[in-house]
Amino acid sequence: MPAETTVRRKLKPIVAMNEALDAAMAADDDVVLFGEDIGAYGGVWALSKGLQKKYGELRVFDTPLSECAIMGTCAGAAMAGLRPVIEIMYVDFMTVAMDQLVNQAAKIRLMSGGAFDLPMTIIAPCGAGTSEAAQHSNSLEAWFLNTPGLKVVMPSTVYDMKGLLTAAIGDNNPVMYLWHKALYDLEEEVPDGVWTVPLGEAAVRREGGDITVVAYSLMMHRAMAAAAELDGRVSVEIIDPRTLHPFDLDTVLRSVRKTGRLLVVHESPLRCGVGGDIVRRVCEAGFELLQQAPQVVGGVDSPIPFSKSLEDAVVPQVSDIRAAIETMVE
Amino acid sequence: MNFTADELKRMYTTMVLIRKFEQNSIEIFAERMKRGDFPGALHSSEGQEAIAVGVSSQLRPDDYVFSTYRGHGHAIAKGMPINKVVAEVHGRATGASRGYGGSMHLFDKSINFMGGNGIVGAGLPLALGTAYAAVKRGTDQVTAVYFGDGGASQGAFHEAINMAAIKKYPIIFICENNQYAATTHVSVNCPIEDIGDRAKAYGIPGPVVDGNNLFEVVDTAGAAVSRARGGEGPTLIECKTWRHRAHCMVIPEHRPGKDREHWANRDPIDQMRDHLTAAGIADAAAIEQLDADVQEQLKAAVAFMQDSPFPDPAEIAEVVYAG
Ligand SMILES: Cc1ncc(C[n+]2csc(CCOP(=O)(O)OP(=O)(O)O)c2C)c(N)n1
Ligand SMILES: [Mg+2]
Repeated sequence: MPAETTVRRKLKPIVAMNEALDAAMAADDDVVLFGEDIGAYGGVWALSKGLQKKYGELRVFDTPLSECAIMGTCAGAAMAGLRPVIEIMYVDFMTVAMDQLVNQAAKIRLMSGGAFDLPMTIIAPCGAGTSEAAQHSNSLEAWFLNTPGLKVVMPSTVYDMKGLLTAAIGDNNPVMYLWHKALYDLEEEVPDGVWTVPLGEAAVRREGGDITVVAYSLMMHRAMAAAAELDGRVSVEIIDPRTLHPFDLDTVLRSVRKTGRLLVVHESPLRCGVGGDIVRRVCEAGFELLQQAPQVVGGVDSPIPFSKSLEDAVVPQVSDIRAAIETMVE
Repeated sequence: MNFTADELKRMYTTMVLIRKFEQNSIEIFAERMKRGDFPGALHSSEGQEAIAVGVSSQLRPDDYVFSTYRGHGHAIAKGMPINKVVAEVHGRATGASRGYGGSMHLFDKSINFMGGNGIVGAGLPLALGTAYAAVKRGTDQVTAVYFGDGGASQGAFHEAINMAAIKKYPIIFICENNQYAATTHVSVNCPIEDIGDRAKAYGIPGPVVDGNNLFEVVDTAGAAVSRARGGEGPTLIECKTWRHRAHCMVIPEHRPGKDREHWANRDPIDQMRDHLTAAGIADAAAIEQLDADVQEQLKAAVAFMQDSPFPDPAEIAEVVYAG
């Protein structure tokens, strides 16, 4: 972590990501930024604020409203040796760009026998909780994880948002960088400067001896809240994988060796989901460590409905996580 | 166009209802946001009322309409009861989609209102489907689909118009060119002056009209509907217009003041009011009465919404899958 200094200040996600982009663009002229409304306006989330002014319209510009063309431009530019970054306004709109990502960007390295690297980063907000209904609330990480050739990053803290974005841009593969919209107002004290959080290193967010809870993105925060409510009754260890591929299995196994129990929590749908795969890995590598069947708490088998009463019912809440922990431990 | 005085007054009051509905929704949303309770996205169609009302005046109740996230006006003009619109936008079980869809996803099967859409451009391919169904069944139903100037940059726009033109499907493609896609000026999305000119590439008509002039919209939509119903194929209509507000509530106004002034003098409702007065259909007092009636109707709809329950999550599974 080279440029990290000891000065600390409060930072929010968008500013953290903006600073990571700024530093990457300053350090490498090949880093270019594509997206809708990202130029003079600075992006609807303010992600690219000030960057066009600083780096010019050749490196930061408003594209037409054409996600397929944006993704193709990005992939082709990466093949030509640039290091493009795209902002997709909501991960939901990735559907329009899927061929260029899944059949093109993710496969070109293999199809070319390893000749072409595609160093590109796709930044997209994801998740429910903002009453934006079925087409603006998706959690699609499982789709991307099921696409060999892609890496998937899902930060939960401001520190990681900055450090992982720096790492993603520096990586020589297509990386999906998914930040949760409900974390928009998160505020955290972080060091000054720029740092890297390597892809594939989990963080232990809370130490405990009774149960291991693996949770990422917004659900890491909900798991922490559930653990706090159970404080004194159940000793919960919380592991935040931070990147889903590559995945840090060692840290999870180390924890399960201590606790003997595993619960995975995610917002995306339960069926054929991320949790099922984490459970598979733990069972294959350390079945004997488990005292009981591992569990997964995840999204209900439903698109995200609009009304708050419905939306809250299809996404894990603190109370759901707490109840799952209690059932497993008691 | 040949309208009776009553029909003209009804078109006027529908435009006013759309306008007042949008303003009322913004008020309720703003109040909730002030309390830190984010109610979701709201995209106002204020300023674009003449397009929805003009197009709908040329459609039959059994014609199909595909809308966008800026679709409250499309729904009201097609005949969705205002109670259902208000209740849906505020997430009530009595709403058009039982509270499942929200502002961006108003549906009403009973009037073939086939939904708002949160994915820009996604309505155009769907329109091929209802048009095909009409052709297959031998009905003469027409499908109308709305999208924006930004929407015309999606691949879906080109694929859908190309296929519709080849198959001569009965569709009217209505581009509401309000000059901006979110914060991006239309010149960034389109290298030519008129999106309507793209029709040439598919060999279909592409009229460009003043979307703030109800009668221009009516005439052009009328011709396109006759052409579609007569089996001659689709039309792309570009309506030049202007939304009164920024893209949605969380995006601050960023458009140049001189453009806003220019369009402020060409408000569709002001123009219609002037027409009614000049034609001797309604004097100032009569207009005031019409406006007051609309206000009452809206007030009743808001009261209906406030008395309505929120949806019961126990029903979700039954809503997700058909039995
Ligand atoms: C495929 C897709 N990309 C991006 C968005 C985000 N978005 C929503 S509306 C909008 C602007 C659309 O502009 P336009 O088509 O002109 O319609 P208007 O909002 O002006 O009515 C954008 C970029 C989206 N909803 N869907
Ligand atoms: Mg527009």
